[in-house]
Parts: sequence; structure tokens; C-alpha cells
Amino acid sequence: MNFVVIIFGSALMVLVGGVFSMLYRGIDRKLVAHMQGRVGPPIVQPFRDVQKLMMKESIIPDGAVQWLFKAAPFICLITSALLLLYIPMFGQPALLGGFDGVPGFGDALLVVYLLILPSLALAAGGFASSSPYATVGAQREMVLLMSLEFPLAVSVVSLGWRIGQVTAANPFMFSTIAEHPIWSLVGPLGVIGSLILLFALLVATSGKGAKVPFDMAEAETEIAGGILVEYSGRNLCLFYVADIIKAFAVSALVVALFIPYNLSPLVGVGGPVPSGIVEGLFFLVKVFVVMFVSISLIRTAMARFKISQASWVYIIALTVIGLVGLILVAADLMV
Amino acid sequence: MSLTAFKRALWVYHLNTGSCNGCDIEILAVLTPRYDAERFGIKLVGSPRHADVLLVTGPVVRQMVARTKRIYEQTPDPKLVMAVGNCGIEGDVFHESYSLAGPIDQIIPVDVYVPGCPPRPEAIIHGVAMAWVKLEKSAKQGVA
Ligand code: SF4
Repeated sequence: MNFVVIIFGSALMVLVGGVFSMLYRGIDRKLVAHMQGRVGPPIVQPFRDVQKLMMKESIIPDGAVQWLFKAAPFICLITSALLLLYIPMFGQPALLGGFDGVPGFGDALLVVYLLILPSLALAAGGFASSSPYATVGAQREMVLLMSLEFPLAVSVVSLGWRIGQVTAANPFMFSTIAEHPIWSLVGPLGVIGSLILLFALLVATSGKGAKVPFDMAEAETEIAGGILVEYSGRNLCLFYVADIIKAFAVSALVVALFIPYNLSPLVGVGGPVPSGIVEGLFFLVKVFVVMFVSISLIRTAMARFKISQASWVYIIALTVIGLVGLILVAADLMV
Repeated sequence: MSLTAFKRALWVYHLNTGSCNGCDIEILAVLTPRYDAERFGIKLVGSPRHADVLLVTGPVVRQMVARTKRIYEQTPDPKLVMAVGNCGIEGDVFHESYSLAGPIDQIIPVDVYVPGCPPRPEAIIHGVAMAWVKLEKSAKQGVA
């Protein structure tokens, strides 16, 4: 594979993905405001926030572990941006995911593991900032991370397992998933099972997006910004952008796993450029739907959980729901 | 350009230095759907480290002197301070009380005063607009 392509492609991908993530956060804030009967900030508000944060002084507290405090925002942003390269974006195959017989560097399972890293960086930054609020926030982040892993893994692995029944290729490869969409493999029972898995994944998306009701790590009204309490200026800005990119990437993951359909054959658009544009727009629509359901809607409709409740929701409730989905998908194979 | 970004994305930290809570309720009213300060990019944050504007209410009781100074120092530059309510401006109903060290501008530098007991939410939003004007003026002087 051509490494020049990879390097320039990555830079372009991160840039374009970042811009669209910020726009989507702006749309999310606007929609939430409308649902609450407010006018809401303009859609470009996240860009203004970022610009403003870059102008501010970055304070590093005396008691902090200096190098970790400074490194954590960078690690968080870099690992979040890495997600953009491993998940298929804008209707194109994932940049580092491998395509057309070229072996890739990673698949859906790798993405599930990569998703841990931004949270870990965030928690490390929280522990390093020597504030009791940040420590509480970091502990909550770790609890949430561990609770979330199980339902996330259950839904991704069940999907891969079912696809692995019909093909010899690596079923976790995004290209394989796109070739064999789950909905066309299964019967009625399996469709119900897959819907349940999709639901589990959507709720997990909401948790990964770290928004209400799963934002106890930041919880401004009770622990004053929690994990980020000591961060300011540029460092805060990096976390802010990383959070935005992560929410976009997780939504794109749901799209890649459960809605890997293409539009251009349907509307009869040929040629690489027109179909690329159609696919890109269709991808944006799909991500918008996922984000609207899993982030905006849940965020407006619910209040924050306590950390014990959130942990229960994920470890017990959602895992059971996910396993029921898996059993239904498996039972579908037997009948 | 950067000034536009700054003034359209003000994050506000709310500091109570011993007020009767009247002003604080009005500050929260600014964020409700009726006045919706978020449409100007104004957001209430939980930590002074994230803040651009300190909204200070109350007459600064003696216990709060050191803490008020500390919170002012914890806020990263550039920053603005708004004194909301008559209390912070001249003591109001607590005027000449034995327990006061204020008003606020004797403790930390204040940029904008919003009088009223309590001021109406419109007045607080007007105060933020005055803060923008002040920012613009200081930026022009910086250039000249
Ligand atoms: S100005 Fe009036 S309403 Fe505001 S804190 Fe003072 S006494 Fe209370």
C-alpha cells in the first residue's frame, strides 16, 4: 500500500471528519434547544468555542503531575482522531481498514478496543490534575468505561458471529459486514434479535458520547465539571474537540455495522465521482439519524443517572438485553 | 476575528459571595427558555478554569474575601468580571453591616456593574452586551 496515500489521506480524513463532527455538534445543540422550546446557539457555535478556547490562557495547577496533565489532552485527541481512520466514513471504505483484497490494519473489534483509549486518557488527565472533583470524575469515567464494554462487545461480536456463518472471510472486517448486511441474512426471529442488538448498541453510543444521562464524569451541576475541572485554554480545547470527534465516530460505527447500505445503485448514479458524492451525503444522513436518536433525543428526554444506576443499566440491563438479542439471532439460525 | 469568537462564546462562572440568593435566581432565569442566553453562545460552567466571565453576586462577606480573590486568580486570562445586583455595587440592604468586606470592586477589579435588587434578566443580558462593548474598546486601544 502506498504510504504517501495513507499519510495524506489520514490528514484529509481527520480534517474533513473533524469539521463535520463540529457541525454535527452544532446541529445537536440547536435541535436540543428547539426541543426544549429555546432558540439555541447558531450551528457554528462549536467552532467559536474552539477558537475562543485557543485564545485563553492554559493554566497548569501546581499540584498536578505536569507531564501527564499536559499529555492527556493530546492522547485523547489523537486516539479519537484515529477512530476516524478505522471506521468507514462518507461511504468510502475505512482508510486503514483494508479494501479490495489489500489486507488492512484493523477491523470492528479493533475499533471497540480503540474506543477505550480516549476515555483512558481522559481519566489519566483527571487523576493527574490533583483536584478531588477531578478524581471523583475520573473514577466515574472508569466505572462507566468498564460497565459499557460488555454490552458493546456483545452486540458487535454477535453481529460478527452471525456474518461469520455465511462467509469464510474475516467477519469483523467492515468490508465483509458491508457485503453481508445483517438484515438480509436473518429470518423474522433474527430481525427482532438484530433490532435488540441495535438498541443495545445505540444506548452504548449514548454512553460513549458522554452526554446526559451518562455524563456523570463531567456532571457540571454536582462535581463542577468533574474530570475536566482543572483544565483550561488549549488543553480544554483538545478535550472538547476529542469529545466531539468521538461522538461522531461512534455514530459512524453504528452506521457501518447496522446500516451498511449504499444508495448509488438504487438511484442509478454511475461513475466514481457522482456516486461518491451521493454516498457521502447518504452517509451524513445516516449518521445524523443515529446521532439524533442516540444522543440528542435521549439527552433531551432524560435526566442524569447516578453512577450506580448507570453502571446497573449497562452491566445488568443492557447486557441481558444484548444476550437476548444474541439468543434470538442464534435461534433464527437453528429453525 | 478572534474577538468575535471570544465575545460570541462567553462561558460564565457564577460566584455567590454572600448574596440573598435573589440575584442568583435571576441569573438562572437568564438561561431558561424565555430568555435563552445560549443563543448568544453564553453557557454556565461549573469551574472557574473554564470561565471567561465571572458573575459575582452579593456584598462579599469577610469569609469570602480570600476565596473571591482565589477564584479570580484561578480564572484564565482574558477574563471579565460582572457585579450583579446592588449588593455587590454598594452593599444594598446589608450596607455598613459588621460582617462585610465588600463591595466587590474593593476586592477584585470589576468591568461591568448591573444594578437592581435583583436586576431583571434583561438587565443581566444588557450587562453582557456592555461587556462586549468594553472588550471591543479595549481591543481597539490595543491596536492603536
Ligand atoms: S442585590 Fe438584592 S436580590 Fe441581589 S443579592 Fe443583594 S439583596 Fe439579594
